[in-house]
Amino acid sequence: MTTTSAPMPTLSHRAARWFSRNLIRIYAGVAFIYLFIPVAYTFAFSFNDAGKSNLVWQGFTLDNWKNPCGAPQVCESVANSLKVGVISTVLATFLGTMIAFALGRYKFKGRKSTNLLIFLPMATPEVVLGASLLAMFLNLRINPGFWTVVIAHVMFCISFVVVTVKARIASLDPRLEQAAMDLYANERETFRYVTLPLIMPGIAGAALLAFSLSFDDFIITNFNSGTFSTFPKFVYVSAARGIPAQANVIGSAMFFIALIIVIVGQVVSRQRKKS
Amino acid sequence: MAFLHGVATGHSQVKSALKGKSLTPYLLLAPGLIWLITFFIIPIFSLASTSTMVRPDGAQVGVYVQELRFANYVDAFLINRDQYLRSFMYAALATALALAIAYPLAYAIAFKSGKYRNILLVLVIAPFFTSFLLRTIAWTQILADEGPVVSAIKILPFIDELFRINNTSTAVVIGLAYNFLPFMTLPLYASLERIDPRTLEAAGDLYANGFTTFRKVTLPLSMPGVVAGTLLTFIPAAGDYVNAAILGNPSTKMIGNVIESRFFAVVDYPTAAALSFTLMATILILVSLYIRKSGTDELV
Repeated sequence: MTTTSAPMPTLSHRAARWFSRNLIRIYAGVAFIYLFIPVAYTFAFSFNDAGKSNLVWQGFTLDNWKNPCGAPQVCESVANSLKVGVISTVLATFLGTMIAFALGRYKFKGRKSTNLLIFLPMATPEVVLGASLLAMFLNLRINPGFWTVVIAHVMFCISFVVVTVKARIASLDPRLEQAAMDLYANERETFRYVTLPLIMPGIAGAALLAFSLSFDDFIITNFNSGTFSTFPKFVYVSAARGIPAQANVIGSAMFFIALIIVIVGQVVSRQRKKS
Repeated sequence: MAFLHGVATGHSQVKSALKGKSLTPYLLLAPGLIWLITFFIIPIFSLASTSTMVRPDGAQVGVYVQELRFANYVDAFLINRDQYLRSFMYAALATALALAIAYPLAYAIAFKSGKYRNILLVLVIAPFFTSFLLRTIAWTQILADEGPVVSAIKILPFIDELFRINNTSTAVVIGLAYNFLPFMTLPLYASLERIDPRTLEAAGDLYANGFTTFRKVTLPLSMPGVVAGTLLTFIPAAGDYVNAAILGNPSTKMIGNVIESRFFAVVDYPTAAALSFTLMATILILVSLYIRKSGTDELV
């Protein structure tokens, strides 16, 4: 960089130097714009005075936000998604955490096949997961509906919970548990008072991940829901006729709620580290 | 699986303390694994069984009987060869595009973000809190014929008046790359973040310039992230049908679209099952070849 020794680098020189030094930051900035443009569109069009089809800008209004249930079926489908999301999250978090704990803290035969069984659902395209589950339900003459959707969501969420919680367990210092045992805590007390509180952030993160996967799932849900409708299914089905702006209100609200939860979580965990 | 190894050997004392009841791990595993076996493994066999069924003459719509007709696979592949090959081509292009976007992004977050690192990580995931269908539909507006992107490109002198992006293969690939971008970015970030900055300084001390340092040190050390990220993008992209349905046209249909319509519109379960099975088998073969070639087993 010879320009540094020049007594008065010209403006274009300085601009060029700044540019080459910050190239990677500029690139990252552009990548963030790419990431957020569709979100910005979704948010902007939640204020569109659109009527039935929300594809073209018609004018600004707050009506959609004042009355998010104004369009037919929007709130029913959101309620369905929330119900499925909560039940699936609780089940998947519970089942997945137990598996993660067994993998992270015990020696046992069959570890390799367990790992494979956890990995395979994540390596299978959703369309195959959805189609195979539907094939089974059809062969068993089970009509798809609410519970088949819950079953499917728990199934694809378990693996993600296991991976998330397992990473947290692996980062724990085993000496803490050892110390508890040296102080005559038995296995259950050690788990209850030492291990569980320490892996709680991992479990919370896994639950959040499971809920967002469940709430946003379309492909597997579409295969296994029959006439039962979730929010993504509602959006997909109404895409042909025109999506009401209320759907954008729900999508934007979800965005801000999730963002707040994540930020609060980060602040809380940082303060805990300090104290 | 590297860290499991560490736990198993390094902390044998805790191990032995927790090993007391040897049944415990199996009791912990059982409920979850039974769920996965019942609703993932058995359905796969159910799918395999459906794939060789045949519709008897004069039977009702949707009624099939098992005749072990393996020619279903040949028929299904021959009829849908284009969509099948197109799926893998789109998925490969989308993966390459996502890698090109995500690598510098992950690099910037890992090495150049300072105290903003956590905020930037949240920002990478944040778009995915908005329903992905709404975001995909937003792309149809962004790429629309009168939209900002097409209007900007049309200013260029050599662009045809009829130039468009919406409902083309370009739009499908852009949508796919966008959809799975966090699955690419997060593993890349995880592997880049683990690199000790002193190794990069050492390369500089040994007179490597920026590019050489990247090629000889950073890139090889980040390979596990590249492998994991490309797999996590490629696999779901190859099976996706939402982007092709919303952003594409009839001639950009992917294999997922065919499976969906065979299942629901045509009620031809055996063909749909055969196609799903072929898709899964192809992906598993590609993935295992890829993992072997790149020499990483640290995926699980």
